[in-house]
Amino acid sequence: MKALLKYREIWLLAAIAVLVGLISTRFPAFADPGNLRQVFNDTSILMILALGQMVVILTRSIDLSMASNLCFTGMVVAMLNAAHPAIPIPLLIVIALVVGLVLGAINGLLVWRLNMPSIVVTLGTLTIYRGATFVLSGGAWVNADKMSPDFIGFQRAAFLGIPVLSWIAILVIALFFVLMTRTALGRSIYAIGVNPTASVYAGIDVGRTKFIVFCISGMIGGLSGYLWISRYVIASVEVANGYELNIIAACVIGGISIAGGIGSVGGAVLGALFLGIISNALPVINISPFWQMAISGSAIILAVVLNARGERQQGRIILKKVEAVT
Amino acid sequence: MTDIPAPRHIPDRLDKPLSSAIFSWEALLVVVAVAIFAINSFASPYFLDPYSLSDLTFNFTEKGLIAFAMALLIISGEIDLSVAAIIALASTMMGMAVQAGAGTPVLVLIGIVVGLGCGAFNGLLVTRLGLPSIVVTIGTMSLFRGIAFIILGDQAYKGYPESFAFFGQGYVWWVVSFELVLFLVAAIVYWLVLHRTSFGRRVFAIGNNPVAAQFSGVRVGRIKFILFCLTGLMSGIASVLITSRLGSTRPSIAQGYELEVITMVVLGGVSILGGAGSILGVVLAAFIMGLVTFGLGLLNVPGIVMSIFIGLLLIIVIALPIVWRRLRGGR
Repeated sequence: MKALLKYREIWLLAAIAVLVGLISTRFPAFADPGNLRQVFNDTSILMILALGQMVVILTRSIDLSMASNLCFTGMVVAMLNAAHPAIPIPLLIVIALVVGLVLGAINGLLVWRLNMPSIVVTLGTLTIYRGATFVLSGGAWVNADKMSPDFIGFQRAAFLGIPVLSWIAILVIALFFVLMTRTALGRSIYAIGVNPTASVYAGIDVGRTKFIVFCISGMIGGLSGYLWISRYVIASVEVANGYELNIIAACVIGGISIAGGIGSVGGAVLGALFLGIISNALPVINISPFWQMAISGSAIILAVVLNARGERQQGRIILKKVEAVT
Repeated sequence: MTDIPAPRHIPDRLDKPLSSAIFSWEALLVVVAVAIFAINSFASPYFLDPYSLSDLTFNFTEKGLIAFAMALLIISGEIDLSVAAIIALASTMMGMAVQAGAGTPVLVLIGIVVGLGCGAFNGLLVTRLGLPSIVVTIGTMSLFRGIAFIILGDQAYKGYPESFAFFGQGYVWWVVSFELVLFLVAAIVYWLVLHRTSFGRRVFAIGNNPVAAQFSGVRVGRIKFILFCLTGLMSGIASVLITSRLGSTRPSIAQGYELEVITMVVLGGVSILGGAGSILGVVLAAFIMGLVTFGLGLLNVPGIVMSIFIGLLLIIVIALPIVWRRLRGGR
């Protein structure tokens, strides 16, 4: 039974292995452990964001405002750092988490209290948050020479031979794994996605859980804001413009059903890695980066076609599992 | 429901009391539109000028054309996020045709056919393979614009023939642009189709309950396919207009339009969950969005700040009736 449940992730892993294999026939150094670690590090932010989006999608909602949240929070921490370089980085990260949490909570409150469809709410806040970034910064950029060395260096520092950024990603993956598989909240999130009505009768507060889910995605957006700005060392209104769709793409490729209730931490991580490998590989095998968009688009369509067949089977398996437990 | 004997005559539409017309969504939109219009004419002395008002219409005509088809699609319970990417791909194909020496009629034909083809591709994936449209069109959005990027890279196509400029820059009469006429004609056609034909009634039926519609003999898949084709077609037409207005094609053309079109549709009172909406609402929402962006533009408000107003407008207009209903119901 367990092997069956892992089915999708194993297939995705195999697809990634084939992809890496294909790339290394043209550029052998790509499959180097050192290079793969680099790819993982490059994909860290997308993986973290995909996990935040995953919990939202699992509850049959969607958060289109994550990239704008990232942009706004990134600008906040960058301006704070430029104005007060003495603020220690851990405190800045806490500030990023709190700012992101507030933005996520606004989405969550509108969805919870007013019962508005999440796609409408986050479509609105997508433009509002990015516009707010402009108002906050007055359209100005914060670039590398205004940021403190700590601000830029923190995520690049190596710990046990791996950059801190990768460690943060590993930590977030571990936290989400515990959340989704070992807590009541994680179980409620799945339950709401599979059957909201039944969840209400089972005593789950659907609205409140959705609120929490948007708070989580907001915090993730905020955290990614700091990570993104300190990685690409520029904070502007254009940061991560349109990236919300990449995040959703990573989730879809990772087998997370847009209809809710189906998906796993492993899937989201592998979906993000798949996109990360493609974007890292194109330059080294001499394909113009302009191909990337079309390739990831095709990958998304292919993933949905394959998922559509898997989802029906998975539905039955979940039912059997529930029956076996009770 | 079950206890009442079937009436002999089922009315085609329910008689609406006057009060329901006054408190309807469209009435709310009219009030908002008039208010914004009034604020604009007080805020800027340049606003109430026929030529200014004519320029204003360009802010919504192209997106509005797509919004009509998108409204039908959303009412039927589907969505198309790839419309802006279709514009980019159709525009790129027209650019290639210009390079090959094509004339204006061929260019228009190419724009429309490419749009229709992209829409049909979306429709096939959704209806034949039974895939969720939001994901399919996120995929085709990357695919279509990706193809435009592969063809163009960081280049641009220019050199469109002079006669081609009419569609996006020409005026039919005095300050009435070709785009505005097309917008109004499309509004009437879509209003007729949605509110006065059995096809329109079927679209509503599908949106309210696709399974019941299927059992009632509505060809759900086929109608959805037609709606995706229509959305593609309108995107192709919009592509002709935008390309003609700008006189050049870059792969980043019309970036972000999909969200503006959907905002327009939702603001117009179309339920994002499907099954409800009207063309009149979409027309009014298009006017409102045009008024807001143009009025703020006259006051030198940057585009990115305008988007805050559009976003707030969307959330407030959707939230207001919910809050109001709750306040009334709470007593």
